[in-house]
Amino acid sequence: MKKLNRIKATTKVDFATYLGVTLAFLIVSALQSGGMLSNAMNSWLVPICCFIVMAVSLNLVVGISGELSLGHGGFMSVGAFSGIVAGMSLAEAIPLAPLRLAVAILVGAACAAVAGFLIGIPVLRLRGDYLAIVTLAFGQIIKDLITCLLVGYDKDGLHIVFNLDGLRTVSDLHLEEGGVAIIKGAQGAVGITKMSSFTAGYILVMVTLVIVLNLIRSRTGRAIMAIRDNRIAAESVGLNVTKYKMIAFVVSAALAGAAGALFGLNYSGLVSSRFDFNTSIMVLVYVVLGGLGNIWGSVIGAAVLYALPEALRGLQDYRMLIYAIVLILVMLATNSDQLKGLLGRLIPGRKEKTNG
Amino acid sequence: MADKKPTHKGKMVPLPSRSIVPERDVHTRPVLETRHLGIDFGGLTAVDDFDLTIGRTEIAGLIGPNGAGKTTVFNLLTKVYQPTRGTILIDGMDTAGKTTSQINRMGVARTFQNIRLFSNLTVEENVKVGLHNQIRYSGLEGVLRMPSFWKKEKLAHESAMGLLSLFDMQDLASHQAGSLPYGAQRRLEIIRALATNPSLLLLDEPAAGMNPSETAELMENIVKIRDTFHTAVLLIEHDMSLVMGVCEGICVLNFGRIIAKGTAEEIQANPVVIEAYLGKKKEA
Repeated sequence: MKKLNRIKATTKVDFATYLGVTLAFLIVSALQSGGMLSNAMNSWLVPICCFIVMAVSLNLVVGISGELSLGHGGFMSVGAFSGIVAGMSLAEAIPLAPLRLAVAILVGAACAAVAGFLIGIPVLRLRGDYLAIVTLAFGQIIKDLITCLLVGYDKDGLHIVFNLDGLRTVSDLHLEEGGVAIIKGAQGAVGITKMSSFTAGYILVMVTLVIVLNLIRSRTGRAIMAIRDNRIAAESVGLNVTKYKMIAFVVSAALAGAAGALFGLNYSGLVSSRFDFNTSIMVLVYVVLGGLGNIWGSVIGAAVLYALPEALRGLQDYRMLIYAIVLILVMLATNSDQLKGLLGRLIPGRKEKTNG
Repeated sequence: MADKKPTHKGKMVPLPSRSIVPERDVHTRPVLETRHLGIDFGGLTAVDDFDLTIGRTEIAGLIGPNGAGKTTVFNLLTKVYQPTRGTILIDGMDTAGKTTSQINRMGVARTFQNIRLFSNLTVEENVKVGLHNQIRYSGLEGVLRMPSFWKKEKLAHESAMGLLSLFDMQDLASHQAGSLPYGAQRRLEIIRALATNPSLLLLDEPAAGMNPSETAELMENIVKIRDTFHTAVLLIEHDMSLVMGVCEGICVLNFGRIIAKGTAEEIQANPVVIEAYLGKKKEA
């Protein structure tokens, strides 16, 4: 018991998060193999994993780094389409599907990280509302750029054309015989081989949690949170503010890219308008309702709030109405001091915890 | 002032640049030297022609009526504001073009008049952020929890606890910094500044809101800090018992200009200083 007390409260919360996610995965897998899940429910599993990763990574920027970003869907989009291109074009080079999926996710993460870095250079010079508006704009720009993108591959490698004048078609890719067009502009990506699985989703969620939680509990994470709490004081103790804001932004973008790649390879076709402003806002809702800076809150928020509107599909027109009411109720409940006091008594150690 | 402790005070000697430093610091390079430092806000000159030299082990005071520009001087020294004119030498090195965080890495740490803690972090984490540039490992080492992470984190924990014990705050280590009482927040800010291993510590009204016994304790602590951390101290303070009791050289600022420099006795006897504080004597 003495030894248990020496373990920090934050460490306990982290392990509870890993344990909870693993238990949920095992239970759902068991239900799935027992045939207890409907087809519709089966189809939610991978997207739920993707949006958990999205919410956790956005929380790194909004909750931990304290900058409101409204363009997270844009990074998911970059990851999705670069992941699809990698997954499709490497079909011969890497015959093993799970390995190819892993490579595709890494490619998606890398491309989104580059996009995050390039966007971060101008955006992180801004603060507050201005930063939010500019990230919103970049999210839209990414979406529109991908709408103009034509990508195909043949035995010579990848062919990429930007259809900026709106006149080019797939034939402008000049593919050799046997070549395949992967991304066809506004039609989006078509004929994708589905590679994603629930297990892959679970692994990605766990990797994301380990990266984000370990980062927060390290020297780097402390620096990021210190800058959030007081920028001038952080500078006065020798922190390089731009560097740490950039680290949070790029890591977040990379994880969103990984989630995008997994998401993209879960469908046979995908259009770039799937990652519009609404997607970014939806992820932000998961983060805010789960609690800013609260990682396990993001996990639960994303899982519940993704499943809820899907589960309400049977109610047709009333679906979004009920969803909205639930959102309002959750906000009221999480802001009530009585409920917080109740939680504080139910979960020991909750009061000491500051970020988690 | 007969009961003053003479232990930490020495004879003050004049320097060529219109400044004075303690006699023991004459043969070492001054930790801070400013020449003709000034800043304008729009058309208004907030600080002008500010010359100050601080010896390596000196405890110096910066006083003046409200609005004299004392905090502005601190903000200039730490490059929160970029000076319009003049030079600042830290350890003999020019600071032109340096940022606030680079100034800290050159050896200047500060506290703030309106306390600026990382209020959502714990007390220990606040000190560890101060240790950021002293105990280093990369973000990758942290994410992968490599052996160096555990080693450096242990070291950071021990250093943080050691620093906290200076002001008897080790029991508060796991408390949230924002929830501490006012006096403890002030002490934590000083500890956080000390964690950056400064050669010059700038204290902006450290005794604000403290009662006389707390102020007396702070006075002893300032001397203790200077002696154990081998750092020079420059402090802004309105509490004259603290300034006169602990400061060796005192610099008086009024309307952005230095009106007097000298030891406590010289300042107390200076008619210009008295006039700045109390106003001109009515002509009879």
